Amino acid sequence: MVKMAEQLHDSEGKGSLVQGESRFPPGPSRRTVLIFPLRFRAASRTDRMKYFTRLRVKRIYEWRGAPIGFNRKLKTSEYGSLSIRVEGLPQTTVISAGQHILIEGDDDNNPYVARVLRLFADESGVQKKAVVQWFVRVSEVPPSKLQLLGRVPHPQEVFLYEGRSCEDEVNAESVLRPVQVRHLDVAAPFPVSEDGDTFYVKLSWDSRTFRPVDPSLLDAPRPSHPSIPLSPPRSPPAAAPGPRGPAPRGLPAPDPAVMRGATATPASSRKPSAEAESLHSLTKLSASKCLSAKRRSATQRTPGVRKKLQLSSPDEPAALRDDVLQQLLEAELEAGARSATAASPSLPPRITHSLTPLRRTSRKPGRRDDVPLTPRSARRRESQSEMDSLPAGDDPSRTSSRRKEVQTGTEPVLEVLDEEEEENGALRVSRRKSALKVSSRIRKQLNLLDGRLSSDEDEEEEEFVPSRKELQSSDEEEDDEGEEEDEELAAKKSRRSSSSHTKQKTRTPRKTPRKAGPITPRRHRHATPSIPNRAQPARRPGNILEEARARLHVSAVPESLPCREQEFQDIYSFVESKVLDGTGGCMYVSGVPGTGKTATVQEVMRCLQHAAEQDEIPPFVFIQINGMKMTDPHQAYAQILQKLTGQKATADHAAALLEKRFSNPAPRKETTVLLVDELDLLWTRKQNVMYNLFDWPTRRHARLVVLAIANTMDLPERILINRVASRLGLTRMSFQPYSFKQLQQIVTSRLNKLKAFEDDALQLVSRKVAALSGDARRCLDICRRATEICERSAAGLVGMSHVMQALDEMFSSPYVAAIRSASTQEQLFLRAVIAEFRRLGLEEATFQQVLVQHQALCRVEGLQPVGVSEGLAVCRRLGACRLLLLEPSRLGVLQRLWLNVSQDDVLFALKAD
Amino acid sequence: MSKRKAKDAHLPIGECISQVHQILRKRFCHQQLPVKPEGVEAQHKHLAELLKRTAVHGESNSVLIVGPRGAGKTMLLRSVLRELSQETEVQKNLLQVHLNGLLQTDDRIALKEITRQLQLENVVGDKVFGSFAENLTFLLDALKKGDRSSSRPVLFVLDEFDLFAQHKNQTLLYNLFDVSQSAQAPVAVVGLTCRLDVLELLEKRVKSRFSHRQMYLLSKLTFPQYLERIRDQLSLPDDFPDGKFAQEWNAAVTTLCEDKSAEEVLQRHFNSSTDFRSLHTLLMLCLSRVSVARPSITPTDLLDASRFCLADANANMLHGLSILELCLIIAMKHLNDVYEGEPFNLQMVHNEFKKFLQRKSNSMYNFEQPIIMKAFEHLQQLELIRPADGASAKTQREFQLMRLMLDHSQIMEALQKYPQCPTDVKQWATSAFA
Repeated sequence: MVKMAEQLHDSEGKGSLVQGESRFPPGPSRRTVLIFPLRFRAASRTDRMKYFTRLRVKRIYEWRGAPIGFNRKLKTSEYGSLSIRVEGLPQTTVISAGQHILIEGDDDNNPYVARVLRLFADESGVQKKAVVQWFVRVSEVPPSKLQLLGRVPHPQEVFLYEGRSCEDEVNAESVLRPVQVRHLDVAAPFPVSEDGDTFYVKLSWDSRTFRPVDPSLLDAPRPSHPSIPLSPPRSPPAAAPGPRGPAPRGLPAPDPAVMRGATATPASSRKPSAEAESLHSLTKLSASKCLSAKRRSATQRTPGVRKKLQLSSPDEPAALRDDVLQQLLEAELEAGARSATAASPSLPPRITHSLTPLRRTSRKPGRRDDVPLTPRSARRRESQSEMDSLPAGDDPSRTSSRRKEVQTGTEPVLEVLDEEEEENGALRVSRRKSALKVSSRIRKQLNLLDGRLSSDEDEEEEEFVPSRKELQSSDEEEDDEGEEEDEELAAKKSRRSSSSHTKQKTRTPRKTPRKAGPITPRRHRHATPSIPNRAQPARRPGNILEEARARLHVSAVPESLPCREQEFQDIYSFVESKVLDGTGGCMYVSGVPGTGKTATVQEVMRCLQHAAEQDEIPPFVFIQINGMKMTDPHQAYAQILQKLTGQKATADHAAALLEKRFSNPAPRKETTVLLVDELDLLWTRKQNVMYNLFDWPTRRHARLVVLAIANTMDLPERILINRVASRLGLTRMSFQPYSFKQLQQIVTSRLNKLKAFEDDALQLVSRKVAALSGDARRCLDICRRATEICERSAAGLVGMSHVMQALDEMFSSPYVAAIRSASTQEQLFLRAVIAEFRRLGLEEATFQQVLVQHQALCRVEGLQPVGVSEGLAVCRRLGACRLLLLEPSRLGVLQRLWLNVSQDDVLFALKAD
Repeated sequence: MSKRKAKDAHLPIGECISQVHQILRKRFCHQQLPVKPEGVEAQHKHLAELLKRTAVHGESNSVLIVGPRGAGKTMLLRSVLRELSQETEVQKNLLQVHLNGLLQTDDRIALKEITRQLQLENVVGDKVFGSFAENLTFLLDALKKGDRSSSRPVLFVLDEFDLFAQHKNQTLLYNLFDVSQSAQAPVAVVGLTCRLDVLELLEKRVKSRFSHRQMYLLSKLTFPQYLERIRDQLSLPDDFPDGKFAQEWNAAVTTLCEDKSAEEVLQRHFNSSTDFRSLHTLLMLCLSRVSVARPSITPTDLLDASRFCLADANANMLHGLSILELCLIIAMKHLNDVYEGEPFNLQMVHNEFKKFLQRKSNSMYNFEQPIIMKAFEHLQQLELIRPADGASAKTQREFQLMRLMLDHSQIMEALQKYPQCPTDVKQWATSAFA
C-alpha cells in the first residue's frame, strides 16, 4: 500500500515541490501520524477507497525562514510559516499564519478545522506551537443544538467557534494540511462543490447560539487565497498542493480525471471547460454518449437522477454550459409531465424565450424570471403526487446551477465553441426556415393556452413542428433555451421512432418522482417521528380535585425536590467540581425504586446546565442512557455515540469510536456527563460494557463523568468483577426509602397549598406507604386514586374513608375475594385439596388423590359427584387464576398440584361463606 | 308498531327459525356485545372514567383488569371503548394499540406491531426497520417527543398481560409504564389477565412504575340471577320481525327456565362454573336442535346437551378399545390397587392377565406375547398409559415402566357402557379375585 501511494504521489506531486528549503534549528522533528482518507471527489463516494488510504507515514515539520520576532517575556520565537514534508517524498506543504488548516482530532474522517493565527516555537525551541481560531464542524455541534439552526446543515459547513472553553494553542505537529474555508452570506445558498476540502462558513457558534459571522473576522487576511501570493515558492502550486499537500493520499486510482476533480476550489471554476474538452474528443465517437457523460458529471450528487438522465438522453448535443444541469432537470420535468398526461406543450416558458431572445449580458435576470415559470407550468400538468415531490427535488440543483452560472461568467466562449462543434454532428436545417415558422408557432400556442381543447394528436403535432426549427435558431437563443431544447429533443425523438416514444412514455412518469427520491428520504432520516397531535386541545383541570390529581401525577414536574436536598447537594458538587476541573470520574447511586434517584440526578443536571448557560461553569454535554431502554447491553455504545455526535454506527464500531474519542487527546473538548440508568441491565458475562463505561473516565483526556444508577446498594460487590468494581470507585451514594414524614412533605409540596386532603388522610397514606416500601410513586398513586373516589362520593375534601378505600384497592390480596366468588365445585375442590394435604401430611398431591376426596365431599354435600373431565376442568380453572399451581396438563390425572395460597386463607374464605 | 307486527306475523316458520338461529348464535359466539354490561357496573364506570381522562385531559394511566377466564374482561373493555367512541372528543383523539400476549410473543414482534398500529411507518417513508434496537429507540423517541397537552393519547391494550411479563427484561412493560409515569405522550396502558398473582410477576422497577390500579372482575352471581341471565340470553328482542313467534318463543323459554329437570341441569352447571363461556356452549348445543319440526328448546334438549358437555373424554375413548386392550387396562387397574399407584411394565400386566385366564380356564383370550405387545403399544399411543418419569428409552419395551392415566371410576363407567362386554371380564374388573 505504501508503495502504491508513493507511486501515486510521484505521478501527481510534481508541481508542488518546494525546493531549497533552509533548515533551521531545531532540526526536523519527526512523528508518525495516520494519514487520513482524503475526501477526493471520487473517494468520498467510494467507500472502498477509505480502506486503502489509511497509511502510516512520517511527517516532518520544519520552520521556514528565520523567526519573525521573539517574545521576551514568554521566550517564544514567532515564525512566518511552517513546512510539512512527508519523509521520503519530495513534496512539501507550507502553512503560514492566516491559512486555514485541518488539525488532527479523534475522528480520522473529520479532522478539526481551524485558521492559523500565529506560529511560534516555545522557549526551548523544541516544541512547535500554533495559535489558532477554531471552526466547528457540523458533527461537532451537539445534535440537540443543531436544531437551533433551523435548517439542515450542509455537510461541508463549519461554524466559527466563539466559545471560550477550548484552548487555542495547539501543537503544530498536529496540523495535517491546509484547507479552504470560504465565507458565505447567511442567505446565500451553498455552492455545489464536490470538493471535500472546501468548507463554508456562514454562522458562528458559541456553544449556545448561532450567529451570523462578521466576514471581516474571516476575510481580512486571506493569505491562503491563490490570488494573494505571500511567499514566492507557494504561489504557483497554491491551487494544487493546498488540498493535495502534505502527504501521499494513497489513493490507488491514478486516474487523471479524478485527480483533476480532486483539486481545490480555485480549480473548480475551470472544471467544466476541462471536462468539456475531454468530452469533446468523445464527440467524434458518439454525440449521445458525450451528452450523457456530461449529464453524469452535472448530476453526480444524485445518482438516481444520473441514471435516469442516461436512460432518456436524446442523441442531440446541447449547450455545454454550466447551467446544463438546470436545463436538463427542467427538460426532464417537462418531458415527464408531458408523457404523464399525454402531452400538452409547455407554453409559457417557450413563449418567453421565443419572444425575447435574451442577450448573454441580460441572461441572469432572464433566467431568474424563467426559473419559477417552468416548474409552475409543469406543475399545472403534474399529477397530484408528483406535484408534491417535484419542486423539492428540483430545488437544490436549480439553485446550485444558478450559482455556478455566477461563478463562470468569464468563459462562455469556450462553451459556444463546443456547442457549434456539437451541432455539426447534428442535423441541420436552414435557419431562415425556422425563423419563419416561429411566429406561427407562437400564435398556435397562444390559441392553445386560451382554448386548451386540442386533442393529443394535435398537441403533439404542435410540439414537433416548432421544435425542429427552434433547434436551429441562433446560438444565443439556444443558449437561453437549452432547457426547452431538451424537451423538444425528446419530442423529436419520439416522433422519429414510435417505439422509443412509447418507451419514454412508460418511463418518464416514474422518473420524475424518483428524481426526488434521494433527497426526500434524506430529509426523513433525520426526522424523528412523533405521535400525531390531538385534534382537540386537552382539557384543563376543572375543579380542585382535578387540579390536585394533575399535580399528584408522577409525571408532573415539581418545582423542587423536597427531602433530597443533601443528595442533591452532593451530586451537584461532585459533577460541578469535575466540570470545573475538566477531569473525569464515576459516581454510583443506589436506592430502591421510587426514591427519586433519577429525578434528583436530572434536577442536578438541569441546574448545572442552567449554570453553564449563565457562564458560571464551562459548558458540558449531558447524555442519558437507560439500561432498560435498550435491547442489548452493547447497544449502550451506539446510543452514547449517537447522542454525543449524532452519527449512527453499529455497537462494535461505536465502541471503537468512543474508545478513540475518550482516549485521544483533543485540543478542545467539553466535559461529557453520562447518566447510566438501570446499570445492572448493562451486565454482560465479560462485563466489558461496564468496564468501558467506568474505564473511560479514568483516561487522562476523557473528561467524562459517569453517574450510574441502580437499585441495589451492593451491586458493585455482588455482580461486578473486581476490575470493574475498582474502576467504579468508592464515590457512592445511597438513597434511603422515604420516611413517612418525607412522603407527607412530598405530597404537600406537590399540592402546594391546594387544600384537597385532610391532614389525617395524608398522614395515613404516607405512614402506610413508608411501612410498605417507601416508594414515592406509590404514595402519589394512592393519593390520586383517593381523589377519584372522593370525587365520585361528592365529598369536598379527601378524607380518611376515601384513602382507606384506595389503600384497600391497591394492597388487599385478591385471593380471598376470588375464592369467595368461585363456583361451588371450585370451592369444594379447594377444600378437597386441603383435606388431601392433611391426610398426606404433605403440601403436594396428585389430581387423582384430590379427586377421590372431592367426590367424597360431593356426596357429603349432597351433590352429584363430578367426573374426571369435569374435575380436571375445575382444577384447571383454579390453576389459571393461580389459586393452585399445577404441573403441565398433559400429565392428566397424574399431575401434581400445590396451593398458591395459605391453607388458612382458604379456610377463612370458605368458612365465612 | 302493532300494525307492523300484524303485517309481519305471516312470516313463515322456517324464516323465523333461521332468524332465531342468527340472533342467538351471534350472542353465543361473542360477536355482539351485550347492550349493557351486567354485574360489572362499578368497574365499567371506573374504567370509562379513567380512559376518558386520558383521552380528554391527556393524563397517563395504567390499569390491570384481573378476573378468571370467561369473567368478561374483554367484554368490559370493549363495551367501555364502544361507549367512549360515541363521544367525539374521545373518538377524535384516542389512538388504540391492541396487543395480545399469545400473538406478540416477544418484544421485537410487539414493537413492530405497535409501530404498525400507530401507523408510524408512514412517517418515516421508505425506512425499513432493521434491528430491534432501532425499532425500540424509534418508538421511544416518538413517544418522548409528545407531551401531555398537544399529542394524541395512545391506549395500549395488552391482552394476556402475564405473558408480556415473561419477555426478556420486561423491556416493553418497563418502557410503557415509564412513559405513563413521565411527562411524555399521554398513554393509557390497560392489561387484561386472569392471573391473580400478576403483580408478583413484575420486576421491581416495572412494578414501581405501574400505578397499582387493579380491577377485579369476580362474579358474585347467585343461582336465581344466573337463571335470569339465561332467560335474557335466550329471549328474542322486541324488534323481532314476527311478533307472534317471538312471544311464543319467549314464553317457551320462560317455561324452560321454570322446569324442574332443566333447573337441575342448570344448577349443576352453575355449581361447576359461573362463567358464561361454558354456559354458551351448552345453550349452543340446545339451539342447534331447534328446527321447524321442534320450534322451541325443551328440557330434554337441555338434558342431552348437558350430558354431552359433561361427558368424560377418556371414558368415551375406552369404548373404542378391543376386548384384549380392555383386559389389559383392567389388569393395570388391579396392579395399581395392589401396588398403590406404583408404575408397572408390560410383563407385570401380562402376568396379571394370565392369572385371570388361568382362573377362568378359558382359552378364548389366549393371545401370543407379540399381540399383547401390540395392544400395549396401542394403549400408549392413545395416551391411556404413559411411560413413568425418568424411564429411559434404553430399557426393553417389555420392562419399560408405565403409569395408567385413567381413574378407576372412568374404567368402571366405561365397562358399564361397553357394548357386549363379557360378564367374566366385568366381574374381574369389580373384583381382582373374580
